[in-house]
Amino acid sequence: MFQPEVESMVRAELDSLQLERLNALLERAYANVPTYREKFDSAGTRPHVDDLAGLAGLPFTVKDDLRAAYPYGMFAVPLHDIVRVHSSSGTTGQITVVGYTEGDISRWADMMARTIACAGGTADDVVQIAYGYGLFTGGLGVHYGAERLGATAIPISGGNTKRQVQVMKDFGTTILACTPSYAVLIGETAMEMGIDPHDLPLRAGVFGAEPWSDNMRTQIEEMLGITAIDIYGLSEVLGPGVASECLEKHGLHVNEDHFIIEIVDPETLLPVPDGEQGEVVFTTLTKEGIPVIRYRTRDISRIIPGECQCGRTFRRMERVTGRTDDMLIIRGVNVFPSQIEQVLAGIPGVAPHYQVVLSKRGSMDHVEVHVEVGPEVAFDEIKTLERLRNRVASEIASTLAVSLDVKLVEPKSIQRSEGKAKRVVDLRNEGSE
Amino acid sequence: MVMQLTVFLENSPGRLAGLTRALGNAGVNMRALMVADTAEFGVVRIICDRPEVARGALEGAGFSVSVTTVIAVEVPDRPGGLADVLEVIGSVDANVEYAYCFVEPGGNSAIDIFRVDDARTVTDALRAAGIRVLGEDEVYASGS
Repeated sequence: MFQPEVESMVRAELDSLQLERLNALLERAYANVPTYREKFDSAGTRPHVDDLAGLAGLPFTVKDDLRAAYPYGMFAVPLHDIVRVHSSSGTTGQITVVGYTEGDISRWADMMARTIACAGGTADDVVQIAYGYGLFTGGLGVHYGAERLGATAIPISGGNTKRQVQVMKDFGTTILACTPSYAVLIGETAMEMGIDPHDLPLRAGVFGAEPWSDNMRTQIEEMLGITAIDIYGLSEVLGPGVASECLEKHGLHVNEDHFIIEIVDPETLLPVPDGEQGEVVFTTLTKEGIPVIRYRTRDISRIIPGECQCGRTFRRMERVTGRTDDMLIIRGVNVFPSQIEQVLAGIPGVAPHYQVVLSKRGSMDHVEVHVEVGPEVAFDEIKTLERLRNRVASEIASTLAVSLDVKLVEPKSIQRSEGKAKRVVDLRNEGSE
Repeated sequence: MVMQLTVFLENSPGRLAGLTRALGNAGVNMRALMVADTAEFGVVRIICDRPEVARGALEGAGFSVSVTTVIAVEVPDRPGGLADVLEVIGSVDANVEYAYCFVEPGGNSAIDIFRVDDARTVTDALRAAGIRVLGEDEVYASGS
């Protein structure tokens, strides 16, 4: 553990720390951010809670609040005190801007150092940071954490995959940080270059910024010969470092000295009991630049009840299974693309690359899952391919409770991503087939 | 035994043209080409003069290629010629996964290609029955 005195704090102490920080945050936000003052005033709520349960009575913050305040309207300090800005990746619309004070950057570095330490990282590690550097929080976020831990940071950023492999080999990378889909591409590229990742010193990966499954984890771990952990974050709340799996790989410890996590029913917006799925909501306790109160992330997860073997007392959220806004409703059934990935990763002969293609057939929505045939499949016989397709279709049907058309496509024909993979292609507004 | 290339193709316009152009540019001469298709995809099976060159050219052009060994048999060009061959294959309980044939220009026989589940047994049985099983050189070489 990077900061054991905090990460394994006695629960009661942590609760009182949270309450004290929460009230300080509410006061600060109310005094300095017009959006919050208006929200609290119009809800008739005071910016104060008597206990942590009181948080559930406060108004939510949503992405549109940040968009409306573009670029700096929700900053709680003058620009003079902001030392850096980042922005959201804009995957779901207009970008939003977040600002960090010097203190924010330092706390973020601590949290990312904890995250790398969660993967077993120490000052002896060489961390290859293949997240994009720039407005995206991934690259610089991980970078400061690696430096804070005392490890050696390789700020290679994303892209140029052959060079990633060469650097990994030549510089003796021991920890890789990137999106899980990019880790797969790096592994495939290494094999094509005749470099077996198992022969390299690489031993761990911290992967995040997109949903992935346990099956995909197993594939990456086998392909690269590493331990892979899931890390979680979002720019509106911090960037990478909000929560991280430990080596137990059973849920992501939320940095609860800096954040309060709530899980709410996305319809009623009421908190759900621990263990039940819902939308993840975060409140930032220590952020100075752009604090958020009950920020609705749109990510779907749940709290994993109970204590973790690793000794950290921070509660764990389950890996994010999807987003309320990528959720597809197919013939009345809620489907997340990550569930499809989970199925595919368990079937030999198909690659973990897929796309869900939505189109119109007449007035009906038509959903087709495009799946790459793995390079190892002896596809000479049609029956081999048909058996494979039928197996994919039947496993999807039994896991998702809805049957989807499955189309086998040529190996390597689905576009590879160096960042977040594009899993859903919506052609419904581009004329009929 | 003879090497056959199999290429996995999605059904999309121009894909087969692209495949054959890649072979043509590499100077590969095809002896036989057979397309097996389903609603969404096809597999194209090719016998050509230089299978390794062809494979390299196709992979270089982004196609997915697998190499399969098949049996090539000379079949007399007369009624019942193919039936004689298949009866021998049936007699050793082998399954034919697929078969196709091409005719030698100016000759009195056809070349039949068989994919069977037990190539060794089938080859021995065919030879024992006096049927000519062709070697690679005889199949890859141009018949003209």
